[in-house]
Amino acid sequence: MFAIELARGLYTTWREMFNKPVTIQYPDQRRPVYRRFKGRHSLHRYDNGLEKCIGCSLCAAACPADAIFVESAENTNAARFSPGERYASTYEINMLRCIYCGYCEDACPTEAIVLGDNYELSFTDRHDAIYTKEMLLEALPEGGSLTPQEVKPGVYTRSVPEMKDPVD
Amino acid sequence: MTKLVTLTIDGMQVSVPEGTLVVDAAKKIGIEIPVFCYHPKMEPVGMCRMCLVEIGRPVIDRSTGQPVLEDDGSPKIQFSPNLETACTTPVGAGMVVLGATEKARSGREDIIEFLLTSHPLDCPICDKGGECPLQNLTIKYGSGQSRYLYDEKKHFVKHVSLGELIFLDRERCIQCGRCVRFQSEIVDDPVIGFFHRGRALEIVTYSNPGFDSYFSGNTTDICPVGALTTADFRFGARPWELNKAASICNHCPVGCNLTMNVRREAASGGDWVVKRVMPRQNESVNEIWVCDKGRFGYHFAASSSNDQTSFKRLSQPLVRKNAGSDHPGELVPASWDEALSVVSERFAEAGDGLLALAGGRLANEDLFNLKQLTTTLGGEAVLYTHMAGGELTTQLGIQPGSDIGTMGQGDAILVVACDLMEEAPIWWLRVKQAAERGSQLIILNSRSTKLDQAAAFVLRYPFGAETSAVLAMLNALSEKRLRLPEAVQVLERDPTLQAAAEVFSGANNALIMYGSDCIGLTESQALAQACANLLDATGHVGRPNNGLLGVWPRANDQGAWELGFQTQTKLEDALGAAAALYIVAADPAGDDPTYLGQSGFGGKAFVVVQDLYLTQTARLADVVLPAQSWIERDGSFTSGERRAQRFYPVIPPRTAPVSRAESPSTNKAPLLIAGDEVMESPLPDFAITAMITLRIDSEARITASSAARVFNQMAETVPAFSDQTYLELAQVHEQWPIVGRDDLYYGGTSYENTGGLGMQLALNTSDTPSTTRLAGTTVEFIRMPKLGQIAFPIARLYDRGKTLMPSQLLHERIGEPYIVLNVNDAEMLRIQDGDVVHMTVANREPDSPDRVTTGQTVVVQARLDQELPERVVLVPRSFGIPIDKPTPVEIRRTE
Repeated sequence: MFAIELARGLYTTWREMFNKPVTIQYPDQRRPVYRRFKGRHSLHRYDNGLEKCIGCSLCAAACPADAIFVESAENTNAARFSPGERYASTYEINMLRCIYCGYCEDACPTEAIVLGDNYELSFTDRHDAIYTKEMLLEALPEGGSLTPQEVKPGVYTRSVPEMKDPVD
Repeated sequence: MTKLVTLTIDGMQVSVPEGTLVVDAAKKIGIEIPVFCYHPKMEPVGMCRMCLVEIGRPVIDRSTGQPVLEDDGSPKIQFSPNLETACTTPVGAGMVVLGATEKARSGREDIIEFLLTSHPLDCPICDKGGECPLQNLTIKYGSGQSRYLYDEKKHFVKHVSLGELIFLDRERCIQCGRCVRFQSEIVDDPVIGFFHRGRALEIVTYSNPGFDSYFSGNTTDICPVGALTTADFRFGARPWELNKAASICNHCPVGCNLTMNVRREAASGGDWVVKRVMPRQNESVNEIWVCDKGRFGYHFAASSSNDQTSFKRLSQPLVRKNAGSDHPGELVPASWDEALSVVSERFAEAGDGLLALAGGRLANEDLFNLKQLTTTLGGEAVLYTHMAGGELTTQLGIQPGSDIGTMGQGDAILVVACDLMEEAPIWWLRVKQAAERGSQLIILNSRSTKLDQAAAFVLRYPFGAETSAVLAMLNALSEKRLRLPEAVQVLERDPTLQAAAEVFSGANNALIMYGSDCIGLTESQALAQACANLLDATGHVGRPNNGLLGVWPRANDQGAWELGFQTQTKLEDALGAAAALYIVAADPAGDDPTYLGQSGFGGKAFVVVQDLYLTQTARLADVVLPAQSWIERDGSFTSGERRAQRFYPVIPPRTAPVSRAESPSTNKAPLLIAGDEVMESPLPDFAITAMITLRIDSEARITASSAARVFNQMAETVPAFSDQTYLELAQVHEQWPIVGRDDLYYGGTSYENTGGLGMQLALNTSDTPSTTRLAGTTVEFIRMPKLGQIAFPIARLYDRGKTLMPSQLLHERIGEPYIVLNVNDAEMLRIQDGDVVHMTVANREPDSPDRVTTGQTVVVQARLDQELPERVVLVPRSFGIPIDKPTPVEIRRTE
């Protein structure tokens, strides 16, 4: 009886010795995330470098964890952050509060906030968990210039930029 | 009693007075008939067609005059073939209104679709988004689809400023005309209007500066879309992010009920800040309106000690140290304990040499405790004001049950020496509306004011003869005539005066509102007495809607009068003679350096200043105590209509920066080492005074713990407050029209009153009214000099006072200091309109008006006026020009 149990156990051990291991050497190796995985947010830009975020605070309203804080201010042609009338002067996400539900992404009228695939978030201080707008803004696309930009009058005349063929 | 009419709306029976509109009747029973252009405070126009409903009326048999009955005995109802507008249809007996049928629903859906053909999709960034009737009604009644092409939307340039206070977005406008009608119908300031027609219609302003009206902010409340928004709140926050607290306006004696919206802000380091001020409904005070000064002038109270501008708030007590015989020493931060022990020691030494000078922006509780302190020590409690006569308003003032909003046919209102539009705009509105309802409005003034247009009788007296003018009215009614100065004899013989006096005397209810237009402390005392005599002689006392009403310069002057504060005609002498000065919420040195005398308040007085800022007076003080502003604490104000009203804490008090030490730990968590944080922050005025008093006399009946306790103690001691409790001030009852609930379509974004309607004070009947003092005496009045000019102080709503200047938005409207000169005088002095002139204030003794001695000189802009009599100069108050009563001046052109 004991011998049978022993052999059965050792069989599993021996069998797994010849199988491919499931563990990977993180952080040297990384496993790709699923297509619909929701990780750390980023605030997107248009190709010319202007921010997509118009500071409407709808993400903050949609957020079930009250993790987002937005304050907005008005664009001028001398200092333009976004194509519309309004931009986010303060944009903060408290990553300790965020539950990565993606409601903010759904609420966003300009597809500015997008949850990416970055899950590597660690902090040594609670205050470090608050990501500011500078940390959330994506890198400048090639050919774009940093905000605030100085633009010619009469180019950006709409309150909210027109959304042509939204992705979803 | 008006006849009641019973009708059925969506199956519910309702009885309303005859003439009520269907939309109002529905609102009364909580049935929503959506509207855009209709507003319960304005005449219906039926422009937007949103309120379309099916209306059926009982069929009447013409031969018998009886209703035709159905087979089952119910009255036969005939529906009209088309939908009807509920906002223009008055109710009828037996009417059946159907608002929830398919026909009505589809009508609304079509209207929404039409309105949206050119409405932009701005909701995410629109300041109205979240409290927008169009947004709400679209979600409720719109189809969600449009048959119109998006590309055909009308485009205009966004963000047009109608003046610097209000922004217009023409794309969002749905042409309901509420704003235009408000400006022309309600406030009689038709400065905006429609331009073009149809889809090209837009709102334009005719005035310069744009939208030049003291009520402009109200149009943003009643605008059913985001077409009109305020510059102050532009992109400030989304409405759903705001918290709210009930408050009372601190700028004028009307006591408008406000709701303050607050939010934490990153720019202020995470502090709570006031984002906007909205009116709160109180139909007996401000209805659902508030003037622009109240709406935009709140920044002074909210400024913090982190403020980098000159409006930095005091955060901790300051005590003067290192003073020697040759140098004054300096004010250094101290603990409350240290500051209070210095103050109480020196006050105890001073004993009855203490003079407490209080400003009228203090709450009832602060003033009461201040009075308790002076009673304990035997000192004197003085109100810092340029307008006297308050004790008469406590005896002959208006009493519980009074409401200008109920005055109408058969009543009379006399407005003397008062420019209501500039001194108290909401009272101007209420008095104007009373006149429109049929009250006889009589205006006695030395110059024309905006209220003249609404008046039945406009009477002019020579500058400086206001008391004589009132007595002339009294003369017109009595057998025994007072001898009046020559200057008013023309007025005395004027048949209009006779007629006005008879109307006033014969009115069912009569009210006298007196102000301080062109007069100072002494003159206003005489004027109040004359007004009291007139009221007494005509029997208009001791009844609701009758009596004397002072249009005070500050919010709670009335409270100070009720609590027994006095005025000092020779304030500079009193200040110089006192052994200790306790100056609370007043800045005499900043207003007029002559109050300082030769050596600064007599040189030897111990001066304690308690204020929000380090004012001019505070810089000279021995101890400076930081007070909380009214929005950081609770308490009550007494309005000029003698209504005690509560205000609530809106933002937490600003605390002093807490000292932090470097933490020994490597993760650098800040280590708090400061002691009692609350003690280092500003405290409420009543608490500071109580703490001083308790240190002097630990048995004193004074309380520092809460405003509620102080109030209840006040109710025990002061007869005027005896009927009131702090709790009762917070009571509300149903008001009409219903505004500010979940639905915004009806009344706009004004808030419903849940914080209390306040209570009017009982009249002081213990002292016999002193109404005979003036009888038989000759009346003093100011004679015009042969040489030089006399400056008369006038009120401007937007002044350069310390409580308004922190509101940057209003600076353009406030403008630079100026004086108004007569054209002929200006020609003689070779002064053109707009020139910069030097004005030298003469010695403050009015004994010999021709003598002009060298006083202070101010540099001001001159404006010319053709209507002014020669030698009269108008000087706005609180513009940094030290004139608070008629004063001889010398003017010369700046070379």
